[in-house]
Amino acid sequence: MDKPLVDIQHLTFRRGDRVIYDDMSMQFQRGKVTAIMGPSGIGKTTLLRLIGGQLKPDSGQILFEGADIPTLSRQDLYQARKKMSMLFQSGALFTEMSVFDNVAFPIREHTRLPEAIIRTMVLMKLEAVGLRGARDLMPAELSGGMARRAALARAIALDPQLIMYDEPFAGQDPISMGVIVRLIRSLNDALGLTSIVVSHDVAEVMSIADYVYVVAERRVIGHGSPEQLRQHESPLVQQFLQGQADGPVPFHFKAADYATELMELSR
Amino acid sequence: MLNQIQQLGANTLGTLQGLGRATLMLFGALWGRPRPLKNWHLYLKQIYVVGVLSLLIILVSGLFIGMVLALQGYTVLAKFGAEQMLGPLVALSLLRELGPVVTALLFAGRAGSALTAEIGLMKATEQLSSMEMMAVDPLRRVIAPRFWAGVISMPLLALIFNAVGILGGHLVGVDWLGVDAGGYWSAMQANVDFQQDVVNGVIKSIVFAFVVTVIALHKGFDAVPTSEGISQATTQTVVTASLAVLGFDFVLTAVMFGG
Repeated sequence: MDKPLVDIQHLTFRRGDRVIYDDMSMQFQRGKVTAIMGPSGIGKTTLLRLIGGQLKPDSGQILFEGADIPTLSRQDLYQARKKMSMLFQSGALFTEMSVFDNVAFPIREHTRLPEAIIRTMVLMKLEAVGLRGARDLMPAELSGGMARRAALARAIALDPQLIMYDEPFAGQDPISMGVIVRLIRSLNDALGLTSIVVSHDVAEVMSIADYVYVVAERRVIGHGSPEQLRQHESPLVQQFLQGQADGPVPFHFKAADYATELMELSR
Repeated sequence: MLNQIQQLGANTLGTLQGLGRATLMLFGALWGRPRPLKNWHLYLKQIYVVGVLSLLIILVSGLFIGMVLALQGYTVLAKFGAEQMLGPLVALSLLRELGPVVTALLFAGRAGSALTAEIGLMKATEQLSSMEMMAVDPLRRVIAPRFWAGVISMPLLALIFNAVGILGGHLVGVDWLGVDAGGYWSAMQANVDFQQDVVNGVIKSIVFAFVVTVIALHKGFDAVPTSEGISQATTQTVVTASLAVLGFDFVLTAVMFGG
C-alpha cells in the first residue's frame, strides 16, 4: 500500500488541564475519503486544526507528505498549507467580497495569473459546485447550503491534495445534504483528492467514506470500512452508530445522587 | 485585603500580557518585506474607510470647537482689551492641544470601534482562520493595511480639524463679534511658531494615531469570538484608547511645552 498522505502518530493534545487526545494514531490514505466520527465535544475540529498547523500538539507526530507539521518553520508550514484546504463549518466566506472574488481570493494571493485565466478557473470551480449563476451574489445573500458550496469552490480553487471538511452536513436541509454528500465523493474522485470528513451524521458518513475512525474518550475506539464498523463488537461503537440515548455513554451528565439532591431542596 | 492585592497582581499581569500580545501582533504584521505594491488597493480601501469616512465628523466638530473657542476667548480677552489676541488663542489651542486630542478621541469612537468590531467578527466567523488555512497571513493581509491606514489618516484629519477650527474662530470672532480681520491673521502669524507649535502638534497626533490604531486592532484580534466578547472589545477600545490618548497627551505636553 502507498504511504498515507497524512499520518498521525501517538498524538497527545491537552487544552489546559483537560486531555483532548491521549496517544492517538490514525492514517489517511491518498485518494480516499476518510471520516472521523464521534460524539460532539470530543475535539474533532481540534484535530483538523492540528493537521493544519493552527494548533501544536503536546507530543506525537503529524506527518503530511512525510513532513512533521508541528516542527515546520513558519515558511514551510505556509508552503504545506498551499497543498491542503479546509472547509469550515460556517463556510467562513469573506463577507465583503462577492462569491466570485471569494473563489478567486486564493488564486490571486498565490499566483500571478492574468485576470482572464483567473476568471476561467473560478467559473470552472463554481460550475463544479453548481453555483456559476450565483457568482455575483454577496455571501449574505446565500442560503446556508449555498454558502457551504461556495466555500467548497474556494477550497478547491488551487487544486489542493488534501481537503478537510468540518461538519459539512451540520444544519443542512435534506436536499443540500444530498448535494454535499455527492460533491464530496465526486470531487474526491474527479480531482484525485484525499478527503477527511469530520462529522457525527452517521448515515451520510457511512454512505460516502472509504474508511472510518470512531473517536471517543480521547482515543480511537473503532476503525475500519463502513461494513467492518457495522460488525464492530465494541458496545460504545454500536451505541454511537445506532444512536441509542443510553449505554456506555450515559444519558445523564455526571451528577450527585438524584434522590439526595431532591431531598436537599425540600429541606 | 490579600484578595485585593491578588486581584491587583492579576490585573497587572493581564495588562502586561495584553501589551505583549499587541506587540507580537504588530511585529507579525509589519516585520519583513512590505508588499504595498501588490496590495495597494487594500491600503487605499482602508484609508478610505478609516480616513475619508471620518471626514464629516472631523469637519463638523472642528468648526464648532473653533467657534466655541472664539466665543469663550473673546469674553475673557475683551475684559483686558486684548481682542486682537483672539487669533493666536484659537490657533495655539487647536494646534497644540485640541486638534490632536479631540481628533484622536473622535477617531477612537468613529473608526477605532469599527475596526475592533470588524476584526472581532472576522475572527468569530472563522474568516481569519480560513485565511490562515489558505496560507495567507491575516496579520499581513488584514492587520497591516488597517494599521497604516490609521497612522496615515489621523494626523491628516488632525490638520484638517485645525484648519477648520481656525476658520470657525474667524467666523465667530471676526464676522460676528467684530474683531479686526487683519489683526486676527497677523497676530496669529506673529505668535505661532512652525517648529514649536505646528510640528509638535503633528508629532502628537502621529503618536495618538499609533496608540489608538494599535489598541483598536489588538482588541479586535484578541476578542473573545462571541457576540458578548465583541461588544466588550468594542467598548474597551473606546475607553482604553481615550484614556491612553489623554495620558500620552499629558506626557507629551510636559516634554514639549513644559520646560
